[in-house]
Amino acid sequence: MPRFGLSIIGLVVLALVVTACGDTPPPSSNAPGSSAATDAPEPTTAESADPTDAPPSGEGRLATVQDRGQLICGVNGSLPGFSFLDESGNTVGFDADFCRAVAAAVLGDSEAVEFRALSADQRGPALQTGEVDVLIRNTTWTVSRDTSWGIFAPTTFYDGQAIMANASLGASTLEDLAGATICVQSGTTTELNLTDQFRALNIDFTPQVFADIDPTYQAYEEGRCDAVTSDRSQLVARRTAFEAPDDHVILDAVMSKEPLGPVAPLGDDQWFNVIKWVVFATIEAEEQGLTADNVADSVSSDNPVVARLLGSDGDLGLGLEADWVVTMISQVGNYAEIYDRNLGPGTPFDLDRGLNSLWSEGGLLYAPPYR
Amino acid sequence: MTSETLRPPNVSVGPIAWLRANLFSGPINSLVTILIGAALGWILLQIGTWALTEARWSVVSNNLRLFLVGQYPGDQVWRIWLSMAILSVLAGVSAGVYGQAARTMAATLSAIQLMIGVLILVSPIGIVGVLAYIANAAAVWVVFALAVRITVPRRVLLYAWMASLPITFLLLSGFEGTPLPSVSTNVWGGLLLTVLLAVVGIILAFPLGVVLALGRRSELPVVRILSTGYIELIRGVPLVTILFMADIILPLFLPGEWRLDRVARAMGGITLFSAAYVAENVRGGLQAIPTGQIEAANALGLGGVQTNLFIVLPQALRAVIPANVGLFISLLKDTTLVTIIGLLDLLGIGRAVLAQSDSFGANLEIYAFIAGVFFVLSYAMSQASYRLERALGVGTR
Repeated sequence: MPRFGLSIIGLVVLALVVTACGDTPPPSSNAPGSSAATDAPEPTTAESADPTDAPPSGEGRLATVQDRGQLICGVNGSLPGFSFLDESGNTVGFDADFCRAVAAAVLGDSEAVEFRALSADQRGPALQTGEVDVLIRNTTWTVSRDTSWGIFAPTTFYDGQAIMANASLGASTLEDLAGATICVQSGTTTELNLTDQFRALNIDFTPQVFADIDPTYQAYEEGRCDAVTSDRSQLVARRTAFEAPDDHVILDAVMSKEPLGPVAPLGDDQWFNVIKWVVFATIEAEEQGLTADNVADSVSSDNPVVARLLGSDGDLGLGLEADWVVTMISQVGNYAEIYDRNLGPGTPFDLDRGLNSLWSEGGLLYAPPYR
Repeated sequence: MTSETLRPPNVSVGPIAWLRANLFSGPINSLVTILIGAALGWILLQIGTWALTEARWSVVSNNLRLFLVGQYPGDQVWRIWLSMAILSVLAGVSAGVYGQAARTMAATLSAIQLMIGVLILVSPIGIVGVLAYIANAAAVWVVFALAVRITVPRRVLLYAWMASLPITFLLLSGFEGTPLPSVSTNVWGGLLLTVLLAVVGIILAFPLGVVLALGRRSELPVVRILSTGYIELIRGVPLVTILFMADIILPLFLPGEWRLDRVARAMGGITLFSAAYVAENVRGGLQAIPTGQIEAANALGLGGVQTNLFIVLPQALRAVIPANVGLFISLLKDTTLVTIIGLLDLLGIGRAVLAQSDSFGANLEIYAFIAGVFFVLSYAMSQASYRLERALGVGTR
């Protein structure tokens, strides 16, 4: 019997190994990636010996992504307006479009993206282990995340916690909500912020706590709470689904700062620069009036700023194709186009640009000069 | 002396008599019956009204493709149909070769595919999908009719079953540069992923569990301690923890660019978890075998391997079928936990669909649909195992 047990253990271990290898062939993304890592030293030395080849390629994540031919982008996957599945199974949304923008800039093809749906707990480790090339998953830029998870590229969406109340209360400030019952999702920073803010203002309120998003809004709509609190973008999105959206007002009070943006893995400056300047390029393109439709015709523009941005005056030095901005804008569009397509008028959200306007229009979007 | 006329015994049959005997046998019983009946009727009326008039089932039917196969590319879906066809043919042949129990399983498979076909009919997927599933459902019976006429060697059938799982995986994942373009497991989702996770979990956990059970009863201290330690360790932690370990912690230990497929990691986690529970079930079966049987086998000159293989295991495994099927049903439902590591199984797809602006507030419809699918699958499994028990005579001999 002991010998039998052992031999069976051996057999099954062998079978497991064999099936594990046979059943699930490594995704196509793995093989080129790993070969790039092992081959890395060789091309680097070869290229550094060749002075004509300016951008140092062959190592780092930029080269890995280009060798792989696909960008692995970590997204939420179930957040309305930002990243979710449409009926034909495509990942769409504001965050998803920024993934496409990076892919268009790096690979010349906005569809060369593998979207990875990540849970809130997974996103940090996924960056740390390098499982995703970039994380664009409505992640708030905080100092602890910036130092431990990855490095934050410029904010793509300025969100903030807000509060929505029944219009019949006639409330316009937080103080007006004294004594009110407020629906909130438990275990979130939202709940913490709510308590902190109201305690600081010395306002009495009754929190009504729910474990999930949907029951929170359902309870609010049924009138079990006087108000509900969450990120402003979410409140606006949810209000559109109410039976009587006009009966609810979102107060102007900003209860927290939530700058959401892409995050690149730590320790790869070249790759971080690519992500950073992709975001800036969408903003700069809006400022210069470049859209998906007119960008191809603007390549020969007399405007020196536009010419530099579109690479007509030479390479921008990021290790990408000289005309990457043209490719990116023509495939994905500028910031305004991305915003309007996913959150702006014409979508169920119809979200006001607010802080997410250009600096010249009173918002916070400000791209450093391209020169 | 007049003989007293005996009245016939008061035996009445029919529905009214049944009602009187069981539901209205006294004033208190009648009252309870009426109250509970009214309450049940009211609940059913509420649910029925909601399901028929208020519910927005279009949320489910418009996204049915996502629920069935996730983001699997639309022009490659025929590969799923083909693997279902392979399964249907094998089930049909088995029904012809093995008899009653296999026939029930084949019938279940056929019925489930027919249901999927009907579901597709009310969705925008297209008539080809309906035909594919109906053809598969019919194929089960056509092949069955053929298989009872010609003799199929059991050994060949066994090998075909063993080969079917790897072939299915190769078919679904494909290879770059061949007529079967590579489809990353990243886009596998919905019912497809749920069923694959459960099937792989069951098929791999079972032999591993048997080995662990034998190991735990081994006379070799190292084997015994290792097996016992493994079983107790795994049973001491929740599945969620193991999935997190597999998904988040494991990659931290892997060198640099070396990555393990996400679905494979989840499958590994589920398999390792279930194996510990299978092992304890099987150990229960092993302990039920009287020592006399083993001694008799030894007296006949059977060695350790032969005793286990021909005397102990067949009886032990047969005895633990109900317990193992219970375990496998809960394994099927436990696969929904992979949503927390970001895989889009049936439940995960439901959550993703809820984020579409058309689906806001339709959580009741979506979760009711998912619950219905799980009920059908679990009920089919329990019925099939019931037939298998009867065919093997569990509890009667």
